[in-house]
Parts: sequence; C-alpha cells; structure tokens
Amino acid sequence: MGVLRQAGALAWTGLSTLHRRLGSSLVIVVGIAGVVGVLVSLLAMRDGFQATLAATGRVDEAIVLRGGANSELSSRLTREEATLIAEAPGVLGGPDGRPLASAEVVVVVNLPKKATGTDSNVELRGVGPRALALRGQVRVVAGRPFAAGRRELLVGRGAVAQFSGLALGSRVSLAGEPWEVVGVFASGDAHESEVWADAESVQSAYRRDAFQSVRVKLTDARAFDTFKAALAADPRLKVDVERTRDYYATQSQRLRRLIEVLATTVAIIMAIGATFGALNTMYAAVATRAREIAILRALGFTAGAVVLAVMIEAVALAVLGGLLGAAIAWLVFDNYTVSTLGANFSQVVFAFRVTPGLILDALRWALAIGVLGGLLPALHAARAPLTSALRGR
Amino acid sequence: MKYAGLVIAGLLRHRSRTLLTFASVVAAFVLFGLLNGVRTVFNEGPDTSGQDRLIVTSRLSIIQPLPYSQLARIAALEGVTQVAHANWFGGVYQDRKNFFPNLAVSPEAWLDTHPEILLSPEEREAFLATRTAALVGEDLVARFGWKVGDKLPLAGTIFPNNSGSNTWTFDIVGVMRSGAEQRARAAGEMLFRYDYFDEGRLQGQGTVGWYVVQVEDPARSGEIAQAIDALFRNSDAETKTQSEKEFNLAFAKQFGDIGLIVAAIMAAVFFTVLLVTGNTMAQGVRERTGDIAILKTLGFSGGTVCALIVAEAMLLLVAGGAAGLALAELVLPAVSNALRGQLPPLEVGAGTWLTGLGLMLALALLVGLPPALGALRLKIVDALARA
Repeated sequence: MGVLRQAGALAWTGLSTLHRRLGSSLVIVVGIAGVVGVLVSLLAMRDGFQATLAATGRVDEAIVLRGGANSELSSRLTREEATLIAEAPGVLGGPDGRPLASAEVVVVVNLPKKATGTDSNVELRGVGPRALALRGQVRVVAGRPFAAGRRELLVGRGAVAQFSGLALGSRVSLAGEPWEVVGVFASGDAHESEVWADAESVQSAYRRDAFQSVRVKLTDARAFDTFKAALAADPRLKVDVERTRDYYATQSQRLRRLIEVLATTVAIIMAIGATFGALNTMYAAVATRAREIAILRALGFTAGAVVLAVMIEAVALAVLGGLLGAAIAWLVFDNYTVSTLGANFSQVVFAFRVTPGLILDALRWALAIGVLGGLLPALHAARAPLTSALRGR
Repeated sequence: MKYAGLVIAGLLRHRSRTLLTFASVVAAFVLFGLLNGVRTVFNEGPDTSGQDRLIVTSRLSIIQPLPYSQLARIAALEGVTQVAHANWFGGVYQDRKNFFPNLAVSPEAWLDTHPEILLSPEEREAFLATRTAALVGEDLVARFGWKVGDKLPLAGTIFPNNSGSNTWTFDIVGVMRSGAEQRARAAGEMLFRYDYFDEGRLQGQGTVGWYVVQVEDPARSGEIAQAIDALFRNSDAETKTQSEKEFNLAFAKQFGDIGLIVAAIMAAVFFTVLLVTGNTMAQGVRERTGDIAILKTLGFSGGTVCALIVAEAMLLLVAGGAAGLALAELVLPAVSNALRGQLPPLEVGAGTWLTGLGLMLALALLVGLPPALGALRLKIVDALARA
C-alpha cells in the first residue's frame, strides 16, 4: 500500500511540473498521436470498404454466374439460362406470384471522377423489373425509377457524389447515345456506386444479347442448398452459385489484405520511432529530476515507487497522445468518402469507418509504446547511486 | 573540416540521447523509403519507358473490345511504325489468389514494340513458331517455380474454350527478363499468342482489347493520337488514344489518390521527427551554454559556432536518413513478398534517394538553425556568469 501512495505522490509531482518540460513531453504525445492517427485512419479505410461490400450481400440471396467466372464482368448467361435459373426451386415468389429474380447486365463506362477530373470506370448495371423489390435495401430518394425500354438512369447516391455529370435531370452520353438521369437511390452498400438502367435498354445500346448474372431472393437462408442442387442437376446449365454475402466477402479480400499489410508495416515502423522518442523524453525527465528523486529515496521512498511513478507519467502522456491521434483520425476521416477500383473492374465508393473497436485497438499500441518508453528510464532513475545523484551528477 | 572533431564531440556528449534520436530518424526514413516506393509504383508504373508508345482503347470504357479491322487503318497512318495488340485474358493459375496479368498478344509486333523485354534468340524463335507458346516473366518464375518446357494450365474465367472446358493449356517457351537499367512490366506477366486465343474462344472473335502503337518520333505522339481518334470518330468503335505513361497514370488514379495518402502519412512522420530531433538539439545546446561561451572567448566567431551546431544536426539527420533508406532497401523485398502479385515489385530508386537527401538537409536546417541562432546571439559574459 505504501508503495502505491509513494508512487502516487511522486507521479503527481512529475505530472504537475510537466509544463516545465513541455517541449520534450510533446515528443511523446505527438509521436504516439502520429502512430495512432495513421493506424486508425488506414484501418478505418479497410473497415469502411469491407462494411460496404458486406452490406451488399445477404444470406437469403443468391447470385448465379457462368461456371468458372469469378466476377460478373467475366460471366455470360443466355436468356434461356436466365429463365431456367429464375424458375428453379427455392426462389421466393413476389406478390404477383412470379419469382423474385433479376437477370442483369454489367457494363463499365467512363465517367470523370470529381476529385481528379480523370476518367474512371463506373459500373452501369442493367437490371430486371424486379430488381428493386428483390433488394430491400434500395430506396429511391429523389426522382423516380427508370421506365422500361427507355434510355433512363437511376443513379446511386455515392456515384452522384463522386463522378461528374450525374445530377438529377442531367443528360449523360453512354454508348454514344443520350441518357437522362431520372432518379437517385440510396442503399448503404456497394450498389450506391453504380448507375442503374433497364436491362433491355442497356443490352440494346451495347448490342448485347446475353446477361452476366442472375440474382434471386430465396424463400429463406436454408433454401440455398435446394436452389444450388437444382441448378447443378440441370444438364442445360453450367453455372456457379453463391450466396451474395459470400460473393461480396471474396470481392473485398484483395484490397483488405493490401491495406492490412500497409497499415501494419507503417504502424510498426512509426511505433519504433515513437518508442525511441519516448525513451528520449523520459530519460530527460528523470535526468532533470534526478536530484529530487535521490532526495526522496534518501527520505525513504522505495525504488519500486520511483519506477511506478515514472511509468505512470510515461503512460499518461502515451494515452494522451493516443487519444489525440484517435480524435484527429475520427474528426478528419470518419465518414470520409473515397472510391477505389473494386470488383467488376469499376469504382466502389465507400466511407471510412472510425469505430470504437478500432480506437481501443490503437490505444493498446499507445499503451505499449508508453510502457516500453517508460520502463528503461524508470529503472535507470531507481538504480542511480544515491550519493552521486544527491551531489547532482 | 578541421572542426569535424568538435562536431562529433558535440554529438557524443550525450551518447544515449544522440543514439535514440538517431534511431527515430532511421525509422522515419525507412518509412519514407517504403512509402515512396509504393507511391512511385502507383504514379509512374515500374517502367519509365514507352515514351514512343501510344495505347488505343475503346472510348466507351477499357473493357469494351475493338474490332481487329482497325489495325490496318492505324498502321497506315503516317508516322506510325508498328501496331501491336493485346487482350486481357484474366486466366487463373490454380487459385484465384495467384493473380498475375496474362495477355493474348500479337506475337512478333508485341516483342518488337516492347524492346525492354529481354529474350534469347531461341526463346523468341520458339514463341513465334509455336501456336500454344507462352512467355512468362522472371518474377512469376521465381514465384511459381516454372521452367521452360513446362505445360501451363490456366482457367479462363472470362473465356471458356471451344473444347467445352475452362482450361487452356500453354507451353512455356521462354522467360522474360528485364534489362539492368530498365525494369520491364512483363517481368510480372504472362504473354501468349492471339491466334491460339482467338481460335479457341467462344465469343468475341476478331476483336482485341487494346492496340499499342509505336510512333517514329515521340515528339509527334500527341498529334498522331488525335489522328487515330479522328479516324474512328462517329464509327461503331470510337477510340481513345493516350501515351502509355498517361494511360498508366490514369489507371493508377482509379485506385485512389495514393499520393495524397502517402503525403499525409509522411507529414505525420516528419512532424514527429522534427519534434524529436529539434528537442534533442535544443536540449543539447542549452546544456552547453558554458562550452559555447568558452568557444567564443577563445576567438570562435558567432558564425563558426552557428555552423558547428547546424553541422551537428546535418550529421545526425544525414547519417540517420541514409541508414534508414539503406534499411528500406533491405525491407522492401519482404514487403513485396507479403503483397505477392498485388503490386509490382517495390524498390527504393535513385529518385527516392535524391528526395530523401533533400528532406534530410531541410530537416537539419529546421532543427539546427533555431538553437544555432540562439548561440549566435549569446553574450559571453551572461553565459559564463550563468555557468
């Protein structure tokens, strides 16, 4: 108990005289704020991308592609195949009794990105009449859906924000023909980065006779196996079936890994730098207080209390830095919207997500740096020979 | 130089502090080396060649194919020396994770327009003579352990073939290497022949993904690019022609503003380094007020004392920075390995060393000057009285 009280008293003296060592104390705070800020921002990017793709998929929704194709862009399904798939067992019927299925065409179009002005690949998705009913998350937030057979576009909210010329009412030239933006939709997932139109209109504009994928709503999550088995048993079909949740999880894997490797490498190196900075600061701190500490030890303060007190100071500064870094990352990057090249060779718009879990993780790094940076100077202070320390060197 | 001893003595006065500061400078420059490597890959692409090459893609989008019939018309343009073409095949070797670009190309024209690809005459001969031939890059050979003579099966994710399966089999006839002074992008790619591809696929026969146009005089490439696009304006397949460099840049930008992310991280890192070393220098000079006063008493001019302190900062930052960049050279292969195939191999180039050196000197001035100016203004009498 005595040790704790002594340490508390010592730590208090240390912390209350911090303003006199402001410059060097800032080294710990800023160094750790840097590590935490960068780590949180990069991981928030990973989590945001992952969350956007994860939200796109469902357990009770399946996507069907040509056998061997690994994305919609590389797949091709004929009209007959699409009909067979929609009528397979396990598919939920709509209010009109017809299956909730949508045969879709995916085309990549060039549109300039607002931020850079350079052309980027934007996904134009031609969807079937039941696409909106199938995807419960899609809501039209402005204007109206496109009319069948017309050159009309329903654009995702993310696409409107990121790419030029997609505002409601504007005309866009696609495949050399004018298309009108008649509505904007929100879905909170990867579809928001897309531009939607009637599948038949897209097929005729791009002179295609086939579809790329068929999406179906299943009667429930367990119906997937029935549905998959039925398609596998049909000799007229050679297709791959996946739950959309799994499909989109796979699509995010590559970028996730890239960001993870980058974030960890950067954070480790920055943490090493910050630890050296922290060591420097704490050595300086115990050096300026060497005489005072020696006097207190002569008065009966134990070495343990000295170690503890120095550690408390280092950790307090580290946590302060960690919180500062996390706060900056949160203020600047939470909901910061960017887009990158994702599945289907086209842009996926997503927002950074700074979550409490991420911040807690990053604070652990801050704590570790504080402990490492405080330990050696603390031992040094506690072990300095009393007589020479009292004489002031 | 006669004061070198004094500069070193100044740094060694407080060894552990100098060492720790040195270490944080090293860490900062390791990071700089790594990130600048990443930035270079995204902004310029690994090969800086291709000044005399134009890329012709569909104006609609990069995935829209172009008719083969355009080749002859482009080749007939004045100032065009050769036209090659390629199709993105998107084949997968064993598992999706083993991603690498594989392209169906016009064999002879492709090799002629890409002189940075090094092949032995026998390898070249075999590629031109064998219909199922494939050339693989040296990075892929290192990754998968292939050798000349191996059969290479790829699953055609986009293109099933007319034998009713997804598997295409190729014969590896050569390994593409890059030269000493120029890295070839092909070192990470696999190339095979367009004729084999076009006969074997089920749809899209007679179309190509993009053309690579070699021009006689790079200075005229802008004009020729416009001439190509004009040739097909208002046709069914309008084109968009860019220099290879512009094309690579535009493509890299699609991944996002990597330059901005890197700049933001580097700003955070260097701000910290500035603080750490600045603090050390200021502390060191403060402790030596007495010494400095004595130096001045002995007849050292204010300017010399000032220079001594700045030189100390320079030595610390340049030594630490150089050590950091050297370490980055050692670490980069490991990072590249962890990212297998996601990015082209990363390297610390001459450009990074130069920028790094500039940063070291700038930082040294920033941290060295304030205490140095303080020493310049120091009055001997006051300082000695305090000491």
